[in-house]
Amino acid sequence: MSATQETVDSVKSGAAGAAKFVDWDSRKFNYFEPKGRKASHYEDVTVDVQPDPKRYLLQDWIISFADGTPTYAENWTQALASDWHRYRSVDQEWEKTHYQRQSTIVGMLQNVINNGRRSGAPTRFDPAWVKILQDHLGAYKHAEFGLGTATMQAQRYGFTQMVNNAILTNSSYKLRFAQDLTLYLSEIGLDIEKFDIDAGKRHWLDDPVWQGTREAVEAIMGATDYLEQYFAVNIVFEPLVGELFRSGFIMRVAAAQNDFITPAVVSAAEGDYERNLANAVELMHMLATDEKHGAHNQKLFGTWLSHHGALANKAAANLQPIWSLPRVKVAQYTDAVAQAHNRLRAIGSEVGIDVRGVIGS
Amino acid sequence: MPDGLTLNKITAQRGISIGEAARRVADLGWTPSYVQEANTFPTDYKIKKVPRDPMKQVLRSYFPMQEEKDNRVYGALDAALRGDMFRNVEPRWIEWMKLFLAIIPFPEISAARSMAMVGRLAPGEELRTGFTMQMVDEFRHSTIQMNLKKWYMENYIDPAGFDITEAAFGKCYATTIGRQFAEGFLTGDAITAANVYLTVVAETAFTNTLFVAMPSEAARNGDYALPTVFLSVQSDESRHIGNGHSMLMSILQDPDNHKLLERDLKYAFWQNHAIVDAAIGTFIEYGTTNRDKKKESYAELWHRWIYEDYYRTYMLPLEKYGIKIHHDDVAHAWDRIVKSNYVHKTAQFFAVGWPVNFWRIEAQTEKDFEWFEHKYPGWYAEFGNFWKWYDKLSHKGSKPILFAEEVGYVYPYRCWSCMVPALIREEFCVGEVDGKLYTYCSEECRWTHTTAFAAEYEGRPTPAMGRFSGRREWETCYDGWNLADCIQDLGFVRSDGKTLIPQPHLRFDDREMWTLDDVRPYTLGSPLEALRKMTPEAREKAIADYRAGFTINAIN
Ligand SMILES: [Fe+2]
Ligand SMILES: [Fe+2]
Ligand SMILES: [Zn+2]
Repeated sequence: MSATQETVDSVKSGAAGAAKFVDWDSRKFNYFEPKGRKASHYEDVTVDVQPDPKRYLLQDWIISFADGTPTYAENWTQALASDWHRYRSVDQEWEKTHYQRQSTIVGMLQNVINNGRRSGAPTRFDPAWVKILQDHLGAYKHAEFGLGTATMQAQRYGFTQMVNNAILTNSSYKLRFAQDLTLYLSEIGLDIEKFDIDAGKRHWLDDPVWQGTREAVEAIMGATDYLEQYFAVNIVFEPLVGELFRSGFIMRVAAAQNDFITPAVVSAAEGDYERNLANAVELMHMLATDEKHGAHNQKLFGTWLSHHGALANKAAANLQPIWSLPRVKVAQYTDAVAQAHNRLRAIGSEVGIDVRGVIGS
Repeated sequence: MPDGLTLNKITAQRGISIGEAARRVADLGWTPSYVQEANTFPTDYKIKKVPRDPMKQVLRSYFPMQEEKDNRVYGALDAALRGDMFRNVEPRWIEWMKLFLAIIPFPEISAARSMAMVGRLAPGEELRTGFTMQMVDEFRHSTIQMNLKKWYMENYIDPAGFDITEAAFGKCYATTIGRQFAEGFLTGDAITAANVYLTVVAETAFTNTLFVAMPSEAARNGDYALPTVFLSVQSDESRHIGNGHSMLMSILQDPDNHKLLERDLKYAFWQNHAIVDAAIGTFIEYGTTNRDKKKESYAELWHRWIYEDYYRTYMLPLEKYGIKIHHDDVAHAWDRIVKSNYVHKTAQFFAVGWPVNFWRIEAQTEKDFEWFEHKYPGWYAEFGNFWKWYDKLSHKGSKPILFAEEVGYVYPYRCWSCMVPALIREEFCVGEVDGKLYTYCSEECRWTHTTAFAAEYEGRPTPAMGRFSGRREWETCYDGWNLADCIQDLGFVRSDGKTLIPQPHLRFDDREMWTLDDVRPYTLGSPLEALRKMTPEAREKAIADYRAGFTINAIN
């Protein structure tokens, strides 16, 4: 007894290794299967935080909606998965990396904008270009906002923490970019005479050029299947409309109009999209190749693709006149569309779905 | 440089004010005309689209501000390790963090999810922007807390319990309380859940105890990490409270909402009291080794934050809008803390249940007794013997205190509403819903189940209101089980396949650690199932006996 007492009392430290006993060195979360050889930091802070009766939720969900639907329900999407918990986001985002990235972006943008304005750059933009920024980039910011609010809604419904957090960061990126554009236009508006900051919203609401886009965005906002929203944003709208306008027009045309600031602002969104796309493709690919439900999901994705694809095609077609507005013409609408179609084909082959119904072969 | 001329002034250029920026950002929204947004999370409240005056912030300043906060947190964690924090940390405290940090990341992320529910209902786009930032904040809170927990696991003397954390969260009889809290944020009527329960009550009233009192106590126990993380988390709360208040003010304007609001304020306040005071009260009063008589007790903190700051300055002013405030419940909650020893009874219950915990609880000793008696006169008479028994029975080979009849403790009924057991025996009550018998810790909790969570309220249909569901009484899950089998099923066994993760002491020595064999001879039961099976007469007597309470026997 006294020997025990001595050993026991001698542990005066709360530090790892101060005593050795069963599991003194059990220093990894051991309740989930890491995707790689060992768990990533992202997995450690994400996996299983949203519980599931199929895993550890012993008592089941303990509050339900009035119709008996539990706090989280698998049938909130028509897609089916053998195991939703297998999904990991490709960008491995958690709070630290998310704030670092977002903060770096807004810092970079503010530098570019401030330095550009300080050198008087906006006053040297081509006048026709200024009007394009005012009316059309001004209109487009609302599309980004719509996608941001749609994904904000969607992040409530996913069946795991990994799915929902990927959608949440997608929303955060979209909403930030909508605000980036808003504030950027407001600031150059201070430097450019007669810049009408309210014109963008008028074009968004009434200009025929933008009505197809608005309809496509509203269709995503109004979808009640959260995964359809996430799919429509990243797999359909972004390549066919978002990137078409951002890369296929703004990024390509701006420099020739004496504008080196706008491409920097817009490039941030292109970087955001690469990440959101990778996350979405990973999830859709998992579902499209699901051993049990792959065929069902592929069919479902086909339905979503044709519905949102048709709207996106119409939106893109409506946007065509914008390409002929700049005084210095350096980009062709048809080239931009061809590139968008290539992009969609690449996405389709990665997900494992047939996109010919939307864009031909 | 001449007076008044700074680099800033030389390089400054015309910008837009924060108010202007917020106004422009708010103008991003529009009313859809091609496809309407579905009302997927319904509410019985009527929401007037009257923009209030929420906090003004845009993401451009938000992200750098938050990153800066993060830098301070991660810098402090590194510094804590360099300073060898764990050498001087009190294991008594860190053990309770196994429970606390198992619970809290899910409520946090649930708050993020619930922003989807209020986002669409927001009167005005400025408020929706506020909800957006809150969504990202709560994502921050959830993952930064998971990170802290991982850090404890990597650096603390006994990582067992941290290593199973989210699995334990789904299974433990204590974390069920936290799950009730979190699900309350995101299920049922969108306004009830995401506005009243989450923001108007949990965040506005109770986060101070969670995120300010806990850090102070942590620091007194040599833990500098928790304060760093949680004070940073708390610094986001004032924005959330602002969001909630804006929403509340827009609801208040319609007198049709008043009855519902009275219902929800009552439900939310009472349940937050029952859950948060039980858990946080226990961590603060029983997880500490600091017995400085000059520091405020949980009761004193409660009086300052809940009674003075919340009840008197936030709730009472609502009366001028015609809202009836449930003064009696506030007084009752206070009495439960100071007269009925609610916190102490909770700690006692957690200690009795130690074999099915996933953390260690050590006995309170003479050093602790004096402080308790000083802060809560009469404490020693009620709890002194219990903790002496607990200490005595902490040695491997003893009977688990739950099964040691000589102690005199009577295992409690579980409250069907708040999930904390009916610990204040004289307040125990039962009720019926759809012909089934349920047990409650208090009249207020009975009202919550039978009256608030129902299809109508005071004659008015409430189709959006949630329902209680699932296997709410944890004990039902293991009714008739052998204790060792139960612990194995819970997964609360160490990797040698026999040593328990929970221990009733802090002796870090295999020879002192209980194994499955030590707990095999005992059988668990569900008090509720037993009560349901009784004849009406036997049941009445059982209820009366229970309400009469128990006495812990003297120990020699
Ligand atoms: Fe939070
Ligand atoms: Fe919060
Ligand atoms: Zn209760």
